[in-house]
Amino acid sequence: MASKTIKLRARAKGDKVTVKCLIKHPMETGLRKDKKTGKKIPAHFIQEVVATHNGNNVLTADWGPAISKNPYLSFVFTGGKPGDKVAISWVDNTGDKDSAEVAIK
Amino acid sequence: MQRRTFLKGSLAGTAVAVAVGAGLLTPRAVLAAWPKAAFEAKKVDDVLAKLYGAADNTPSDKITIKAPDIAENGAVVPVSVKAGLDGVESIAILAVKNANPLTSNFSLGAAALPDVSTRIKMGKTSDVVAVVKAGGKVYTARKNVKVTIGGCGG
Repeated sequence: MASKTIKLRARAKGDKVTVKCLIKHPMETGLRKDKKTGKKIPAHFIQEVVATHNGNNVLTADWGPAISKNPYLSFVFTGGKPGDKVAISWVDNTGDKDSAEVAIK
Repeated sequence: MQRRTFLKGSLAGTAVAVAVGAGLLTPRAVLAAWPKAAFEAKKVDDVLAKLYGAADNTPSDKITIKAPDIAENGAVVPVSVKAGLDGVESIAILAVKNANPLTSNFSLGAAALPDVSTRIKMGKTSDVVAVVKAGGKVYTARKNVKVTIGGCGG
């Protein structure tokens, strides 16, 4: 289940669960120029990240190109307990996607 | 030989699991709703109008933005937004002087608390605006972040 692009941690404290995730992605804005050729580097960024807890949607993030390279995302939700599954998936503007799932600690 | 078969078997298993996971989790239906117009808007008011239908908003002191006063590197500015409001539906983070101010918009599910963190890019020194939609109303908070170009901390 290991994902190549997503590092995901979920930790419960009481009934609050903090989810932290790092995604490996270039997040090109489409405005930068290649120094050698002078051509613009095409935009390549994550548009949507969806987080679920035991299959229920917790958070949907719409991202623009102004999110930093290798994006970091963290959020908190209630009602989770250790052992529950938290999953993250992303889709970028070229249609690439990836997902990861982790058990809450 | 046995070890090889075993490896093959487990690899195939993982591939299937990944495929199933991706299929189940693909947010394609929602992707159609990616607010392109809002992300391409060039002014804060336009972004609000595109996202919420109107540019009306109320400044609120119940929203806390955690961001550095001085960001040495505009490409990576950590921003956290917390809201002490009830019934928060979404949180958007805007960098006012970026060419396209909207950086991200988080739609919160029923269980999610209004507390999100991420890292944004900022072209130059400007306000970071957190826009929180709660109970059908739009609230905002601002925080100025200085961006030191050159990244030498000067």
